[in-house]
Amino acid sequence: MTSRRTLIAATAGLAASGLGAGLLGRPALAQQRFESLFVFVPAGPGGGWDGLGRALEQASRAANLVGSFQFENVGGAGGMVGLPRFISQRRGRPNALMVGGAVMVGAGITNRTPVSIRDVVPVARMTTEPGIIVVPASSEFQKLSDFTDALKANPGGTSVAGGSAGGIDHIILGLMLKSLGRNAREASYVAFAGGGPAQAAILGAQVKAGISGVSEFAEQVKAGRMRALATTGETRSLDGVPTLKESGIDIVMGNWRGLFGAPGINAAQTRALVDYVTAVHASPAWREILTTRGWDDAFLTGDAFAQFLTRDHAETEQVLRDIGLAS
Amino acid sequence: MGAIEGLTLGFSHALSLSNLGWALLGCFLGTAIGVLPGIGPALTIALLLPITFSVSATGAFILFCGIFYGAMYGGSTTSILLNTPGESGSIITALEGAKMARNGRAGPALATSAIGSFVAGTVGTIGIAFLGPIVVELALKLGPAEYFMLMVLCFVTVSAVLGGSALRGLTSLGFGLLLGLVGVDLQTGQPRLTFGVPELLDGVNVVLVAVALFAVGETLYLAWRYVEGPVEVRHVGSIMMSKSDWKRSFWPWIRGAGLGFPFGVMPAGGTEMPTMLSYFMERKLVRPEHEKEFGTTGAIEGVAGPEAANNAAAAGVLVPMLTLGLPTSATAAIMLSAFQSYGIQPGPLLFTTQADLVWTLIASLFIANVMLVVLNLPLVGLWARILKIPQPQLYAGILVFATIGTYGISNSVIDLVLLYGIGIIAMFMRRFDFPVAPVVIGMILGPMAEQAMRQALTISQGDWTVFVTRPISLVILLIAIAALAGPRLYAAWLRRMA
Repeated sequence: MTSRRTLIAATAGLAASGLGAGLLGRPALAQQRFESLFVFVPAGPGGGWDGLGRALEQASRAANLVGSFQFENVGGAGGMVGLPRFISQRRGRPNALMVGGAVMVGAGITNRTPVSIRDVVPVARMTTEPGIIVVPASSEFQKLSDFTDALKANPGGTSVAGGSAGGIDHIILGLMLKSLGRNAREASYVAFAGGGPAQAAILGAQVKAGISGVSEFAEQVKAGRMRALATTGETRSLDGVPTLKESGIDIVMGNWRGLFGAPGINAAQTRALVDYVTAVHASPAWREILTTRGWDDAFLTGDAFAQFLTRDHAETEQVLRDIGLAS
Repeated sequence: MGAIEGLTLGFSHALSLSNLGWALLGCFLGTAIGVLPGIGPALTIALLLPITFSVSATGAFILFCGIFYGAMYGGSTTSILLNTPGESGSIITALEGAKMARNGRAGPALATSAIGSFVAGTVGTIGIAFLGPIVVELALKLGPAEYFMLMVLCFVTVSAVLGGSALRGLTSLGFGLLLGLVGVDLQTGQPRLTFGVPELLDGVNVVLVAVALFAVGETLYLAWRYVEGPVEVRHVGSIMMSKSDWKRSFWPWIRGAGLGFPFGVMPAGGTEMPTMLSYFMERKLVRPEHEKEFGTTGAIEGVAGPEAANNAAAAGVLVPMLTLGLPTSATAAIMLSAFQSYGIQPGPLLFTTQADLVWTLIASLFIANVMLVVLNLPLVGLWARILKIPQPQLYAGILVFATIGTYGISNSVIDLVLLYGIGIIAMFMRRFDFPVAPVVIGMILGPMAEQAMRQALTISQGDWTVFVTRPISLVILLIAIAALAGPRLYAAWLRRMA
């Protein structure tokens, strides 16, 4: 039994190292990267961030990159309950990773918490999920231009449902209003707690339109109960549904998720974490997870990710200020 | 596929030995976690998500549904015996249930809640099988304006628990509304009353407050006023329900189930509102000879009705999940993510594309219900024996129990500080005769009503007439006015006639 397991692990390790070496252009070792890894999820079990953390474990085990995993979930307020805890308790620890993402950027700005996502070390952006703009099946809006015309003419009368105020859904609406030459503050944005109540309000035509992540509404669109007007990714996410960008509205927005190191780790330790997630990303197990879960690959590491983060933070802050949710 | 045909197919799958095993395990786990305050079905199912890698989809969902139903049964046990609600749907059960237990009627209270849960669970599950798709279409017609009016109607129920002094009752209600304000405001994303404490951003947990008010407050009060004397052992009384108990419980069960199911189906309904309405209704409909038992020795109607409403609502919550793929409660959301890890996309097509799975699940809900009542009824005698423990030891145990359960909600020390802080307030409230139930009602309804009202007003662009121009909203408002003013007008009319 032991020998068989070792054999499988060795094969998987070899495969991973082969791919890793090919991608990185330097020899990656087949051995474990970390004896143990602490993964901190600033959200409850079962959500998107938790899913990314568990997928990381799944792929790392398949490629034998990490000896043992330890998880901690501290949920609440878009990650702003967990973040201060990760910062204070894991400072300087080289084998700790925190899951985080776009939601945390916005939450840090609107909640005015003393710490923000800029206080942890960016390691890699892993996945992204574009947004989708839908209307009830019975809506008079047939295509995106019908909706944008209404939005331009009377933003107050065009109610749009989505997740909590200041979240990505709200930001997308704010950016759209801005690009239409209106003020983001004029938005008639109806915030709902979670996907269920928001979907119910759209299905029941209580609101004119809705914005959320593609996966939230995709099934309703397929079943013909909602009509998709546009998605917000760089490329199309659903067949026959245009992106905002190709429709002449220059907005590309996604709910990205990534991994962060503890504050106070040095450059070499950061490097080790980046190398590790690069190896995970190159593993066949990770490819498989991306397809089964329907996640879009958005891999970006190190400096490029840090720059993206700075830009994302500045843009988010600007929109939230326009909407009137940040000072 | 018709409902009968589907159910036949479902039962043929669900009655396999391994699936029965999963149902039994789920019922057992669910009852256990329902008993612990804080640890609810959502958290338990989330922690069990990794089993989806190795167990078949049918087996896993039968297990999850067993846990979900089981938690509804277990939640009432501690409410009645220890005045410590295990989850928010059984907070109202504690009002009369704990009083019955204190007066030697723990057995009938537990029995009526177990049998009531069975009746309501069965009614609810029949509802899922036969009415689900129709009811959910009706529920979608309710918008924020209607929800706000439903909450206005629920506020009427406060009048049933205000106690002797309206001023004291309303003060308690105000305290509850204040607690409900804590946290990030949904409509603006701004923190309110959080004082820079990140743990408060998501608000104060309502189960925590209920445990603090009922269990901790009472324990501290007893410790404060306790006089050393002969150890008084509580009288356990008869375990079985008498003939009159059966008669008094029957209609409350049916009314509670009828009230609970539609609320569960509503995307913004939940289990709390129907339990409040059921309590109010039973209090108004009770036969005059039993009326004074309410709030004093404990009336069995006040346990049977809300408990049935709670379980029927829990069944109703599964309807939008199965028919539309809408996660309308935390537990449903976790179950939907379990569907996804099997590569099943939950949505409006689930009933057609996964007919086998869905009908097996519905059939196993019937089975779980039978298992739960068989599992719980013999336990009644055993549970009731807890009350034989002498008071000091019993209350020390309750305190330990409440503390562990609260820490289990989010492993947060802040929660423990809140538990004891609110517990001390509750101790003084008890000392100076302030009723504690309005605090919980205010805390549950306040934030829901506020958000629904603001959502409705955002949609109507600030036009207040939306609440009276939408027909369903207007009807609910009229019912609320009738429920509030009706009894008084009727009494005045009787006096004039006399």
